[in-house]
Amino acid sequence: MLGTLGPLIALVAAAAFFATRSDRFLTGDNLSIVLQQVMVVGVIAIGQTLVILTAGVDLSCGAVMALGGIVMTKFASELGVPVPLAIASGFVVTALFGAINGLLVTRVKLPPFIVTLGTLNIAFAVTQIYSSSQTVTELPETMHVLGGTFQLGGTSVVYGVVLMLTLYVVAWFVLRQTPAGRHVYAVGNNPEAARLTGIATGRVILGVYVIAGMLYGIAALLSVARTGVGDPNAGQTENLDAITAVVLGGTSLFGGRGAVLGSLVGALIVGVFRNGLTLMGVSSVYQILITGILVILAVATDQLSRMGTRS
Amino acid sequence: MTAPRATPNLVMEARGLIKRYGHVTALDHSDFELRDREILAVIGDNGAGKSTLIKALSGAITPDAGEIFLDGERVHFRTPMDARRAGIETVYQDLAIAPALSIAENLFLGRELRRPGVFGRVLRMLDTQRMHDESATHLRELNIAVGSTRQPVETLSGGQRQGVAVARSAAFARHVVIMDEPTAALGVKQSATVLDLIRRVRDRGLSVVLISHDMPHVFEIADRIHVARLGRRVALLDPRTTSMSHAVGVMTGAIAPDP
Repeated sequence: MLGTLGPLIALVAAAAFFATRSDRFLTGDNLSIVLQQVMVVGVIAIGQTLVILTAGVDLSCGAVMALGGIVMTKFASELGVPVPLAIASGFVVTALFGAINGLLVTRVKLPPFIVTLGTLNIAFAVTQIYSSSQTVTELPETMHVLGGTFQLGGTSVVYGVVLMLTLYVVAWFVLRQTPAGRHVYAVGNNPEAARLTGIATGRVILGVYVIAGMLYGIAALLSVARTGVGDPNAGQTENLDAITAVVLGGTSLFGGRGAVLGSLVGALIVGVFRNGLTLMGVSSVYQILITGILVILAVATDQLSRMGTRS
Repeated sequence: MTAPRATPNLVMEARGLIKRYGHVTALDHSDFELRDREILAVIGDNGAGKSTLIKALSGAITPDAGEIFLDGERVHFRTPMDARRAGIETVYQDLAIAPALSIAENLFLGRELRRPGVFGRVLRMLDTQRMHDESATHLRELNIAVGSTRQPVETLSGGQRQGVAVARSAAFARHVVIMDEPTAALGVKQSATVLDLIRRVRDRGLSVVLISHDMPHVFEIADRIHVARLGRRVALLDPRTTSMSHAVGVMTGAIAPDP
């Protein structure tokens, strides 16, 4: 099916194009950099995929991640909380935001777009207030272990990249191979049918938002590990890049269709474009322009293929 | 007064069901009986209380008063799940299938089979192969022709989709299958296939409650006809000795039912 192969073909084509434009593009070191640049948005995109599969969308992902990062870094550096506990506190905050999103969607029956637009602003403001808009520095060493590297065939690989790939495998397994995963698809595809077959649709959706929140917490940890600081303005490009990655990866915004591994491919497409255009010396404004065009192309493909399958 | 007792030899029975919505009485001392291995058609004009009756029998609503018996036992359904656990399956008018999921996934939606051993218990891993095999068996037994059980339901025709919905109910029902307007959206040929399918479900030993507006279909397939009017059962007709115009007359109130 084109739905699963399309994104992969686009990724290979983009990589082939940039390989002809820059000698450095296909080197192990550069590809390792691409992966490292993609790991934060890649992990956010897993949570975003889950939400979009239920026919929702989470606009708050990047802002919640920034808040999680500020909480864990401030707790560790200024409050002197032991690092594991500080990280756990960050996870609790991001999961809590997921729970708020999920409860407003399932209990108050508000549209996910509006709910997460609200929590996007709330999370952003809380982050700025709590951090006084200051970057948190002088973190304990253990805070950025995941930014460390190991050698693989002469190329440095970041631990965080391994964590991201592991999370993708776990997400793929749960979605494909367990009842809970199939219920996520069913709820997004036909919520009424799912309810009538006895699936607790509210619990599935709430669970998805909470798990997405936890994944934003992990993304926050990766972001801190990569930059070495707690940045109150983190997550601003990731916010839309994550949605871009999911859509480019072939997951339908209408819910119930798609695959989480597609989102990894989508994140890599965004990463490859950013990296390749940078190597070509194209300014970042044009990178944003191209990403925007890519999203619209991907959504248009989704819409057209959907009209094709309707009977 | 003695405790309510079920009538012998009935799979399902209801007595004196009452359901009020505000000052509208949807069910007004409605009775219901379903024999073993029969196709009972339920007919009635809009507002006759037939859908409220069906909802009470399938657990979608709880009646304000009255008794429901299943196999002679008093039952109290509070949710559709209660009714399903008791062995009553419902085929909904809008089919209640997830079009993007495969036939097998739809058949087992909400009651997926998991692998034996650690994979199933700890990793909660699906037994995909067994679900496909059992789906194929169910469909074959009911003579429903589809290609692979791995194909998405959206690739099927309307009649085939109805077949999948019926197969799901027949596969899990132990007593009763309730079908709400199963031929409403279908063409002549597909309707004939679905009517055949309903007979086969009965012949497998299940009792079928068929809600339908289509008198020719009702007279073609039903063993008995329950006529609902003004919130109660006004007649139980035998289609072999009753004319279609008489049934319609009783249904609309133009003809007084026989005592």
